[in-house]
Amino acid sequence: MTGFSTTHPTLGKSGFAFLLTDRGGKILLALLLAAIIIVPILNLAVPPSSPFHISTFMVSLFGKYLCYALLALSVDLIWGFCGILSLGHGAFFALGGYAMGMYLMRQIGTRGVYANPVLPDFMVFLNWKELPWTWYGFDMFWFAMIMVLVVPGILAFAFGWLAFRSRVTGVYLSIITQALTYALLLAFFRNDMGFGGNNGLTDFKDLLGFNVQTDGMRVTLFVLTAIFLAASYILCRFIVSSRLGRVLIAIRDAESRTRFLGYRVANYQTFVFVISAMLAGIAGALYVPQIGIINPSEFAPANSIEIVIWVAIGGRGTLYGAVLGAILVNYGKSYFTGALPEAWLYMLGALFVLVTIFLPKGVVGAWPTIKARLAERLLSSKPKLEAAE
Amino acid sequence: MAERKAQLVRGFASLAFVVFMMAVAALPALAASFEDTLVGFTADSFNDTATAMSAVTESGDPLAPQILGALGDGRLLFSAATKKVYFKDSTDKLFDAATGAAVTAVAPGDLSPVRLNNRLRGLLSAALGSLTLMAPDVAKRIDAAETVFKSRDITTLPALDKALAQEKNAEVKEAMLEARAAIVIGAPDTSPEHRLVAITALNTRGDGDALVLLRTLPADVPANVKQAAASAISSIEYRLSIWANVQNLWYGLSLASVLLLAAIGLAITFGVMGVINMAHGEMVMLGAYTTFVIQEFFRAKFPGFTDYALIVATPAAFLVAGAFGIAIERGIIRHLYGRPLETLLATWGLSLILQQLVRTVFGPTNRDVGAPAWMAGAFQAGHISITYNRMWIIVFTIVVFAALLALLRYTAFGLEMRAVTQNRAMASAMGIKTGRVDALTFGLGSGIAGIAGVALAHIDNVSPNLGKAYIIDSFMVVVFGGVGNLWGTLVGALTLGVANKFLEPFAGAVLGKIVILVLIILFIQKRPRGLFALKGRAVEA
Amino acid sequence: MNALLAQVDKKDTILYLDGVSRAFDGYKAINSLSFYVLAGELRAIIGPNGAGKTTMMDIVTGKTKPDVGQVIFDGNVDLTKLDEARIANLGIGRKFQKPTVFESHTVFDNLELALAGDRGVFASLFFKLGERKDLIENTLETIALTDARDRIAGSLSHGQKQWLEIGMLLMQEPDLLLVDEPAAGMTDAETAATAELLKRIAGKRSVVVVEHDMEFVRSLESKVTVLHEGSVLAEGSLDKVQADERVIEVYLGR
Repeated sequence: MTGFSTTHPTLGKSGFAFLLTDRGGKILLALLLAAIIIVPILNLAVPPSSPFHISTFMVSLFGKYLCYALLALSVDLIWGFCGILSLGHGAFFALGGYAMGMYLMRQIGTRGVYANPVLPDFMVFLNWKELPWTWYGFDMFWFAMIMVLVVPGILAFAFGWLAFRSRVTGVYLSIITQALTYALLLAFFRNDMGFGGNNGLTDFKDLLGFNVQTDGMRVTLFVLTAIFLAASYILCRFIVSSRLGRVLIAIRDAESRTRFLGYRVANYQTFVFVISAMLAGIAGALYVPQIGIINPSEFAPANSIEIVIWVAIGGRGTLYGAVLGAILVNYGKSYFTGALPEAWLYMLGALFVLVTIFLPKGVVGAWPTIKARLAERLLSSKPKLEAAE
Repeated sequence: MAERKAQLVRGFASLAFVVFMMAVAALPALAASFEDTLVGFTADSFNDTATAMSAVTESGDPLAPQILGALGDGRLLFSAATKKVYFKDSTDKLFDAATGAAVTAVAPGDLSPVRLNNRLRGLLSAALGSLTLMAPDVAKRIDAAETVFKSRDITTLPALDKALAQEKNAEVKEAMLEARAAIVIGAPDTSPEHRLVAITALNTRGDGDALVLLRTLPADVPANVKQAAASAISSIEYRLSIWANVQNLWYGLSLASVLLLAAIGLAITFGVMGVINMAHGEMVMLGAYTTFVIQEFFRAKFPGFTDYALIVATPAAFLVAGAFGIAIERGIIRHLYGRPLETLLATWGLSLILQQLVRTVFGPTNRDVGAPAWMAGAFQAGHISITYNRMWIIVFTIVVFAALLALLRYTAFGLEMRAVTQNRAMASAMGIKTGRVDALTFGLGSGIAGIAGVALAHIDNVSPNLGKAYIIDSFMVVVFGGVGNLWGTLVGALTLGVANKFLEPFAGAVLGKIVILVLIILFIQKRPRGLFALKGRAVEA
Repeated sequence: MNALLAQVDKKDTILYLDGVSRAFDGYKAINSLSFYVLAGELRAIIGPNGAGKTTMMDIVTGKTKPDVGQVIFDGNVDLTKLDEARIANLGIGRKFQKPTVFESHTVFDNLELALAGDRGVFASLFFKLGERKDLIENTLETIALTDARDRIAGSLSHGQKQWLEIGMLLMQEPDLLLVDEPAAGMTDAETAATAELLKRIAGKRSVVVVEHDMEFVRSLESKVTVLHEGSVLAEGSLDKVQADERVIEVYLGR
């Protein structure tokens, strides 16, 4: 368990000292900044005929990847640093998504099929006469955005408070998080929950008065996602670089030792679990307007497990590794489900197996080894070349 | 709603009509010969056919059952020109309906079947029912009485009374009394004495139908009758609520047996070895597909023995899933001991591969495994219906559970397995090949999952997703029951199964399941090590 | 009340156990155990395997709750009602039998995590080390790990880990140190140095040492308590208890 760049507040003078020693993080933030500047130009200013043009489809696709990256980041914060393997983080993502979806549904207003100014179409279809209380306030953007944070946060707090105080850890925790998202999946499938049942929420029109279908709005959403990802990365890095971060790692490595030092382990775990759930909620909220739909399948237990493999492939406990892993795997998924649909599940399955056995530290963790091997090969090939000459 | 009302009105109208027609037709029909009663069939009018049907039923002629049976099957033919009626037997041979003699001469050219409509079909089955009330076979008589009970056809009353008068068998008599009660209870002109008898009979019957009938009691009956009916209703309701609980208990047991079958293999791999095998569900699936393949093989090669495919499929499923299990242990899990979270992820990946593999080989659609004859059907126990396949699965589960307990307790392998579980280092020092025991233990757990697949193939769709449906439930059972304890798994499965089925009537299937999941989540926080946790210093350390 | 406890006023003790019992599945790991440790005292606890030494420590530190009995800290605090973190913050430090340090943290970070202060979540999030760095440097010197300051703790030798753990205990500034087999796996020189260190700590703080190694116990020159089957068998100087008939019987068998 080496390779964690723990920095000391004493080492740097500025408030952002914790970022200075984080090389991977600096690269990530630079790339995000570049994307924020270049992507809008290539999409909006460069004509479609140019080879440098990025289509709106691609912008949304990469926007989706960045949402997944944020989700992976949230999982890495708890798994990589605190050893909490949540197999239910998709639930927080979906809850954030639903909060955003509900706002978007209420913006449709009379433009729906049934042209009901208050009730979304599916409620009219179900013959409902009144808006359920769960939907109150979601016509206001600020309220919906608070809910994006509060709903996953409260669920994570209640769940974490109960679980961590009872010292449910390890695989038991993983299994009950899986049960949690499964229970939510079943619940959201029900029509009388009032969240659109099977079909979920879709047919969105406006976000803050702007049509979500336009190129400009797509690019804006992409840029917003990149900004949120960068900000969340900085927040996570700040947390793990603080003494709190060191306590988290201490909990991960020797939970009872930490307790005997006087730390209330459950409080730390709950805190970081709530932060992580909120980040996942933000990711979901950014995801929904770009994809145009949110339905109960986002709660599927399989989805939540898949997030973990993104983190594992990228390299857990590094933060930027999670971002890398999420983008790599999802790019692969988009590519292979198009090119070789039969093969994708084999590949995903094999990734799980091979990474856990051969790449326990992920791509990022293996990079020094790979680099060393490459260098070795280069060095050893040189004499041969010379001999050949 | 309106449609049902119209139906009722039509029903009453036709009933009244039949009664009226009988009254009109009865007098001349008495004198007429059997042949004359048949003439009604030749008019090609539904009303005339109805009259003729009643007349034939009343006649008591030995040919009546054959004629009515032929009518039901469309084998009763008439010639409008000659006004004669014939029936064909199953070999298309023609008989004269009046005499029952085979037709040797040339039949009239204009033969056509006597047509029926839905109303007539209803009357016909009642008529046939009243005819068989006197059949020599006891079971047939009971069936006939039951038919009358269901039809509540007042025209069968004379036949029923006649049968009742000469009936000796108590059981049949009871059934006939119930049938009679069903007819007279709601009829306007029944005497109070008869009504009381009817109420007693219905109370004895004590099912939902009896309850419905008791509620049809007219309002203008004497107070003592009313009171008798009310007490009968409350008595039946009470008994029915008990039966409903028994039924729930049975459903719960049935679900529990399925849960136990699916979880018991997991109790070995997770409980005994501490290995999280997310591909456990896929072992179940492999067992189900093995069953499918073996049954198909029997169907193709030994069609007569398809019912016995199970005898081959059970060990085959154990071996196939067990072999996969050993391969998984040797190939993957062995490298990940002491890293439970990584094991969880790797086996999850494996489950994806296995699902896709099965999808590639067998296709994504559901496959059917036919139940053998002795597993098909159901029987009635009191007021609940018990299907044979569920019953056999419970038996099967008990056998598997007992066999596993015996294996762990009485065999050398079981001893080695327990030794390795309790103290790996010490077991190794005693000369036990721990690696081999691990592989075999995992193989055993997987093999039992395969056997679970054999059972599940008979009650669930055999599809690549079969295993997915059971994995979370299985983990819940093992975790709830307490890890490392097979009896805990048994109690866990029973509790969850029965609780689930008792919640369903109140909360609905989905909500019931959610409630159970939430309760387990809360329970694990209260008792992180389950219901039957291993206690002691070894665990605390 | 136990005869042993009758000799002392509760107010003078740092640790006071009265009639403590704890059973696991019917097996009494601790059986109406009563003894006390005076403030500032250095005490060695010895006893054969299964005498209940580790369970006693578990009970004092809140890891295990006793079935019956009183555990009083500093003359007035009942420890049986409190959890591990609370007890640790009251000023009881514990070193495990198997050295447990935070393996992926540096030696420095290990000590910094143990540094006395607010253990709250938000206090940790906005924690600044500042002047207290000197405290850590001093402790590094005390445990002879200054050169290993930035090494990952997982890469230390067994003995170094033992010392690091003792160092972490010191950083906590506890009033009572519970030290489980500190000399296990140490060289003779390291063992002697450890004994010196513990003697130096005692006086200002109270120290309870559980140990198997009789040479080490002798070098502590402290009062010795012998545990057997979950209760006190004998107490006194090492020479006195070694002469005790029952102690000889327990250690050498019949």
